[in-house]
Formats: sequence, C-alpha cells, structure tokens
Amino acid sequence: MTTIEMLTWVRGPGLVIAIGIFLAGTLVRLIEMLMLGRRKDLSEPRNAASAKYGWRLVFTRFLPPFAASDVPAIAFLASYVFHIGLFLIVFFYVPHITVFKELIGFGWPSLPAWFIDAVTLATMIAMFVVLWHRISDKVKNYLSGFNDYYSWFITIFPIVTGYFAFHRLVLPYNDMLVIHILSVELLLISLPFTKLMHAFSFIFSRWYTGEAAGRKGIKL
Amino acid sequence: MSSQQTLAEALLQHGVTRRGFLKYCAGLASMMALPSSMIPRIAEALENAVRPSVIWLSFQECTGCTESLTRSHSPTLESLIFNVISLDYHHTLQAASGHAAEEARINAMEKFDGQYLLLVDGSIPVKDDGVYSTIAGMTNLEMLKESAKGAAAIISVGTCAAYGGLPKANPNPTGAVSVADIIKDKPIVNVPGCPPIPVVITGVLAHFLTFGRLPDLDRDLRPLSFFGESIHDRCYRRPFYDRGQFAKTFDDEGARKGWCLYELGCKGPTTHNACATTKWNQGTSFPIQSGHPCLGCSEPDFWDAGSFYKAFTAPPINVSEAVAPVIAGGAAAGIALGLANRMKKARAERQREHFTTEDLKE
Amino acid sequence: MSVSIKKGIQAFKEQIDAPIASYFNSCVHCGLCASSCLFYVATGDPKYTPIHKLEPMRRVWKQEYTFWGRLFSKLGISKPVTDDMLDEWQDLLYDSCTLCGRCSLVCPVGNDLVYMIRKAREGMVASGHAPQGLKEGTYRAMTIGSPMGVTLKSFKKIISNVEEETGMTMPFDVQGADYLLLMSSAEIMEFYEFIGAMAKIFAQANISWTFSSETFEATNSGIQIGSSDLAAELVQRIVDGAEKLNVKYVISPECGHAYTSLRWEGPNLIGRKYNFKVVHVLELIDQLLNQGKIKMGDKHIEKLTFHDPCQIVRRGGVIDEPQHLMNKVADNYVEMSDSGKLNWCCGGGGGVSANSHADELRLKTFKIKKRQLDDTGVKTLVTSCSNCRHMLEAGLEENEMDIEVIGLSELIAEHLQTNETHQDNKQ
Repeated sequence: MTTIEMLTWVRGPGLVIAIGIFLAGTLVRLIEMLMLGRRKDLSEPRNAASAKYGWRLVFTRFLPPFAASDVPAIAFLASYVFHIGLFLIVFFYVPHITVFKELIGFGWPSLPAWFIDAVTLATMIAMFVVLWHRISDKVKNYLSGFNDYYSWFITIFPIVTGYFAFHRLVLPYNDMLVIHILSVELLLISLPFTKLMHAFSFIFSRWYTGEAAGRKGIKL
Repeated sequence: MSSQQTLAEALLQHGVTRRGFLKYCAGLASMMALPSSMIPRIAEALENAVRPSVIWLSFQECTGCTESLTRSHSPTLESLIFNVISLDYHHTLQAASGHAAEEARINAMEKFDGQYLLLVDGSIPVKDDGVYSTIAGMTNLEMLKESAKGAAAIISVGTCAAYGGLPKANPNPTGAVSVADIIKDKPIVNVPGCPPIPVVITGVLAHFLTFGRLPDLDRDLRPLSFFGESIHDRCYRRPFYDRGQFAKTFDDEGARKGWCLYELGCKGPTTHNACATTKWNQGTSFPIQSGHPCLGCSEPDFWDAGSFYKAFTAPPINVSEAVAPVIAGGAAAGIALGLANRMKKARAERQREHFTTEDLKE
Repeated sequence: MSVSIKKGIQAFKEQIDAPIASYFNSCVHCGLCASSCLFYVATGDPKYTPIHKLEPMRRVWKQEYTFWGRLFSKLGISKPVTDDMLDEWQDLLYDSCTLCGRCSLVCPVGNDLVYMIRKAREGMVASGHAPQGLKEGTYRAMTIGSPMGVTLKSFKKIISNVEEETGMTMPFDVQGADYLLLMSSAEIMEFYEFIGAMAKIFAQANISWTFSSETFEATNSGIQIGSSDLAAELVQRIVDGAEKLNVKYVISPECGHAYTSLRWEGPNLIGRKYNFKVVHVLELIDQLLNQGKIKMGDKHIEKLTFHDPCQIVRRGGVIDEPQHLMNKVADNYVEMSDSGKLNWCCGGGGGVSANSHADELRLKTFKIKKRQLDDTGVKTLVTSCSNCRHMLEAGLEENEMDIEVIGLSELIAEHLQTNETHQDNKQ
C-alpha cells in the first residue's frame, strides 16, 4: 500500500470505524451508568432548587482544590496546562477544524499555527511532568496501573506525532501524517474503555454530588 | 534512425552557442541540487554524449505527457536536447507508421541491446489478458515486457505509467497498473505528474547521460531533486496558510487577494513535485498561482484520495452517514445493557434478607 | 440470615447506583482525595487514599454493571471480591474513615467519596466484616436503646440530678409539645450540662418542649456500621415516639451523626417523610436569637476557637449558624485555619471512636488538630458534638495540651440575659 493509499484509508474507513466505536462505546458506557438510577430523596430539602447546585459544581470544580494539603503546585499546574493545551490544539488548529466541519457541518475561527505550535510544546512538557509525578508521587504510584499508563500513552502519542508531522521530523510528512491519524484513532477507540471516559462522565459525577450537597444547603 | 552525432555537434548545428550551452548546464545542475563544481562535468558529458537510443512506448494514456514535453513556446534548450536524443520510436512524433514503425522499434532494440532507454507513458491494462489496449495486435502488457528486456533503464513518464493514473481510479475497469507493477528486474525512475513538468524529464536524462546512472530516488522511485519537497513547503502562499487566511470560495475576497487554497481542496501539503519552484511554461505559473488548488497529481492514488475541492484533512467519505447506524446501535446496546443493570440491581434488592441485630454477633 | 461473602456482594450490587457508577467511571487516580484525608495526611500511608478504600465496591461495579467487566467475569479472567479481600479492607473502611467527607470536597471530577464509603459499609456488614467494638455498640443500641448501654432508668437518674442542680423541671412525654429534645448517650453520661443549658434556653424563649421516655437516643450506630436495616429501626423508634407525642419539631442535639441520620438519611431509611421537622440545636438557638426570643447578656472574654463537627457543618449543612453564634457569644473569637466546611475531623466520627482497634491510628491523626490549635493559641476550644468533645479531650490529654473543651449550646446558655433583666425588659 502506498502512503497516499494509507492516508486515504485512515481518513476514510479508519475514521469511520474509530468514530463509530468511540461514539457507540461512549453511549453504551453513559447509558449503562445512568440507567442504574438514583433513589428519590425523601428528606426535606433545605434548597429544593438543588439542580442548579449540581450545575454549579460542574463548573466550580475546575478551580484548584483548596482543601487538599501539600500537593506540589507543579503537579496540578501541569495538569491544567495539558488539559487546556489539548483542548486548544484539538479544537483550534486549522486542519482539525476542517475535519470537524466535514463531520458536523460547521467550523469556527482558528488560532494561528505558531501559537498552536507553542501550545503543543507546552502541552508535551506538561504531559511528561504529569507522568513523572504519577511515577514519583507516593499516592499516585500506589494507585496507578495499566489503565493509567495506557491512557497517558494514547493521549501523548497523537500530540507528539502531530508535532513531528508539523515540523517534518523523524519521518516524511505523509508517513507521519498516517501515523498521527492512526494514533488519534487509537485514542478514539480506547477512550470509552479507559479512565479517559472521565471526559464525559465528569459532568454527571460533579452534578450528582453538587445536587445532593446543594439540597442540604452545602456548596461543595 | 540513430546517428553517431554527438550532442555538441547537434547543438552547434542548431545555433546554440557554447555560452548558452554552459548556462543550460548550470541551470540543470542547480535544479538537480548538484554543486556548481559539477557543471563542467555535466557540460563535458553532455557534449560528448553519443545520442542514446530512446524508445518511447505510449500505452493507456491521453498523450498529455507528450504534449507537455513538446509544447514549448519557443525552441528551448530542453526541447532541443529532447529533439536531439535519438527518438527511435514514438507514436505521435515518429514519421513512420504501421509495420515500418514496429520494425524500427525492433531494430533499435536489437542494435542497442542493453543500452537503450525505455520511456513509457500511460498505464498498462492487465484485466482480461490486457485486451483493453493493444498496438499492432500486441497488448501493452506484452509489448512492455518485450521492450523492457534489453533496456538499460526505464523512465515512467507521467502518473499513469508511474502509478497507474486516472485509468486506475475506482473501479478500475481495465485493470490498469503501473510499469513498476510489471517490470521488476530493471532500474525504473518514476517521473509522475499529470502531466509532469518538462524540465524534470530532461533533467533525468541529463543526469543519466552525465553520470551513467539514474539520479537518487525516493521511496516512490521519484528523483529526489525534483520530488523531494512538498508543494506546501515551497508554496508562495504559505504565509497565508500559517496565518490562517484562506479563500473560502473561488471568487471571494480571499481568492482575489491570493490567499491560501487549503479550504478549497489544495493537496499541496501531501504532494511532492517541483511545481512551486520550477513552475510551468518556463517558470510562468502553476495551478495554485492561477487560483486553482493543487490536485496532488504527482502522488500515487491521487484520483481516489478524496474530493479535489475538499481540504485534504477532510475525510474522503461521508463519515456522518456511515457512522449514524453505529450510533443508533450503540444507543440500543446501551439501553439493553442499562436495562440488564436495572434488573440485576432490582433482583439484588428483592433477594436481600433483612439484617437483624443477631447477625451482628457473627 | 447469616453473614456471607455472597450477601456482601449482593449488598454492594444493591447499593451501586448511577452516581456511584459515574464516580468510578470518572476517577482518574489523581490522588487528591488522599491529600484531603485525615488519615493519609497524618500518616503518609497511601493505602489510606479514599478511592482505594473503595476498591471492593469498584470491582463489583466493574464485574456486574459494565459490558467488558461482565464479559471478563464470565470468561473467568477477572479478580472477584473474596472474603479475604473484605477482611483486608475492613481496617481501611472502618479504622481509617470517619465519614468526615473532606474527600468529597476536593475530587476534581466531583466524586462523592463519603457517599460511596457509607454504601460500601453495607457490603462489609452483610459479609460480617465490621469491627468488633462497633458491632458491640450497635448491638447495645438495638437491644438496650443506646450504644453506650444507657437505659431510661440511668437517663432519668441524670435528669433528677440536673433538676436538683438547676431547680428546673425537665418535662417528659408532654403530648402536643412543640419540640421534642433528643440526647446522645455521650451527652447524657459525660456532658449533661447540655440538659440544663437547653432548659434555660427553652424557658427564656417560652417554648413548649419535652423529652420522650420511649425515645431519647439520637445517635444511629446503624449508619456508622453501615446497616440500613438496623439504622432504619433506630430511626423508626424516634419517629414513632415523636409522632406519638405529636410534636412539631424534633431537636437533634450536640451530636454529629445524629443530625445526618435523622435529618437526611432518616426518611429514606424508613421510606416516608416525617410528620415533623428536624432542627439542629444550633439552628434553633440561632433562630431564637434572630427572633429576639432569647437575648445574649454578656460575652465570653477569653480567646475562643471553634471546631466544626463534620456531620453538622460540612455534611449537615449547618454551616453558618455556628459562626453566627460564636460571633454573638465571644468577645475574642479566633477562627482556626480551614474553619467552616473545610475543617479537619476530630478523628472519632464514623464509628471510629467505638472501634478500639483504631485507637492508635486515631490518636496519630490528632496532630493535624494540634497544629490548628497551636496556631490559634487558645486555651478554650468550643464545639457542638459530644463525640468530638470526647475525642478532642483525649487528643489534648495525650499531647499534654492545656486546653478546655466546651459545648456551644452550653456557652450560649451561660451568657444569656439573666431572668431579672429579662423580666425588666418585658415590662
């Protein structure tokens, strides 16, 4: 198979398979989870309009954890950097926006390539910091297993291959592009079955907790 | 018929001065990314080159490659060189026809056995024993195999010969394939493009004449000196790409300002050729400069790689349509599993036995 | 029924709901819950990471309620939850968790870990893996009516002592009284000044109140050990007693778990709403002060700080009232660091105080409270939960710290306007 043939496949059938598994898998996980339901709370609420506390927590939990002691700032600074970086890279780089435009019918303004390039570098560095912390921190190390390290790998691989492609490093552009797209497809098919699922479930987990606490008059 | 006249003699005959000739050699050296110290060597080699015999086979093609090579606005040095190579067989250009033409081919092959250059344009149909293209009762397939036997090297001119070309496009009814798919035991150079840039051909020939071997090739057997860079990396509109300024339609403000054609389907980033630097018609222009996105015509499979008018990063098939049933399936599976979960939980609740105070004693 | 691993797993299955499934789906092993946990911060041992305590429940969720989990389980390639595993996890789920809820404050994906621990204990109890001390306490609560074994007789004896000391009569079984006052056993046995304080407050506010001889115990060991069946029975006793007397309000005393069990879990345990409202004693006192039904006379001069009981403040929602009251009663109120809903647990909640196996570990955790207290430099510590008082006193003694611990209701009552002034004002 020639490189262009491979490129055509990964952009076409490959993408269909990956997106299919990704969306189907995510739907299955979410529905499977939500259908377990939650018993109605019969206690007298302090705040009957508790749903808004659910939504409130969805947003306020993005802030740094004030009740956590002795967490080195670099650990969660790196986490913020790579999450925000990843978001910017995926959604605001021109070639990516074109893909979305094809898939969902509309696009949006982009950020300049040099900016995305700088963000990518920062993101990669942050990801390595995050990995270092996972290995060296007592608690994280204790908790971590295959799910954690595999998730890290499938997240950084697209970033690195994208960076290499952009800078014409390691392999010729067309080849690097094939690998980059394949790496994204690997991420997509893995996401619903790893902890990366938190990208979707966090809305529910934060909402449930915020709502339950808000009902009692507690702003968590 | 071939002649023993050297190139220098032929040039002189055509009124090309020595100075002009050396300028050409310098130009050729630079285009092939050779150091200037090579110029005298190129000059010497070309001067003394005995006009090699060239057999040109045209198979399943549109004659565009020949047109490209022969359409010079003025007698240029490239076309002169091309003309003075002993072209012993060429459908369009030769004077002979019919049996006489075929005889000329066979004679050249025998006389210059092991030395002649075989140029091929057009793809080779192989389906149904290759009946879809024949010359003088012989299938292209047979003719290629026969002619390749004594060739010193084969140059596949144009994307059809190099990679199968447009005839190979889905569903490929004739079973079109490239030269390299059939001939495995001869050095092959692909000079793709639909059509290729004229000077690339002559550059390859000049290299062969100078060094007695074919130039350095990439993985797709293209001369690196002409196909080493992508259009994107040499495109004059690149700053617009980097700044995110794109023409959205063919006649909008961006298009008129000469902005990047990426969103209109330009395949520049994934296409390797010399169009952006060498350009066409003696450096006049190239598609992008004229406002049309690059088709990617020098890459294999460019014909099935997605719409010419959709950005190359856009999926070449309708993903949303293909994925919709999968999403529906996922939702259905989710609901089924969700129901199973609920039933299991309900069963656990039903089957629970009341925990009593006495149970604390266990 | 007899306890068994099968029943334990069944209990886990029953307890897992959509929120819990979303929590396990969202956990990214960031470890922040550890850095908010009393036990991890005090010892540095990663096994006390809250989400790790929930591993048995996570396994059950995975193997029973997820597609791949079920598949691997059927194929026999997943690790099931065994008796041995639950045995190993007993210390983690009981000794090293006070149900304080700090972990739920920090989780970036919003996991309510304390909610999960509470539910996970159901599985532990059903499989027989709860600490002996807690089992015994719960047994006493179920059979005698109090985890400390306080009978009505002993309660009545304490009452008569208080009546003698204060010269006030303590009403029992008054039909149609507005307020029913409950007590925790610890208050009855150790901090019964509370009774006199409340009587004083009620008198000044002119409130009709009563005790019930059928139900006086506010604490709920069933919740601490994690058995909804037992907890429901304990709540039902209160509900029966309160509804029999047809009271409007039941007052939850200075006891942490009493409030969360009665106010928040109770109706769900017995399956219906109450015919009365539940109010925490601090909520009531704050309300009475705001309404002018009781008035402060003077302020407490000494420097004071307040320890926020987890179940009342962070988990109960009575967050502002303690602060209001402290500011009203104290001349020199110094907030400790992390005061309010971020405060650190005393180390005794969630059944840990009844679990002698956890004593050593619990005392280690006091160093955090010690640091908070050292920073304030107080000699008097105020709180509003008798279990906290008990634990704090134990910790202070162990660390040879010269700090007195007093109850907030008592403190308020002490500084109320005297009767004479009140009479003057009325005229």
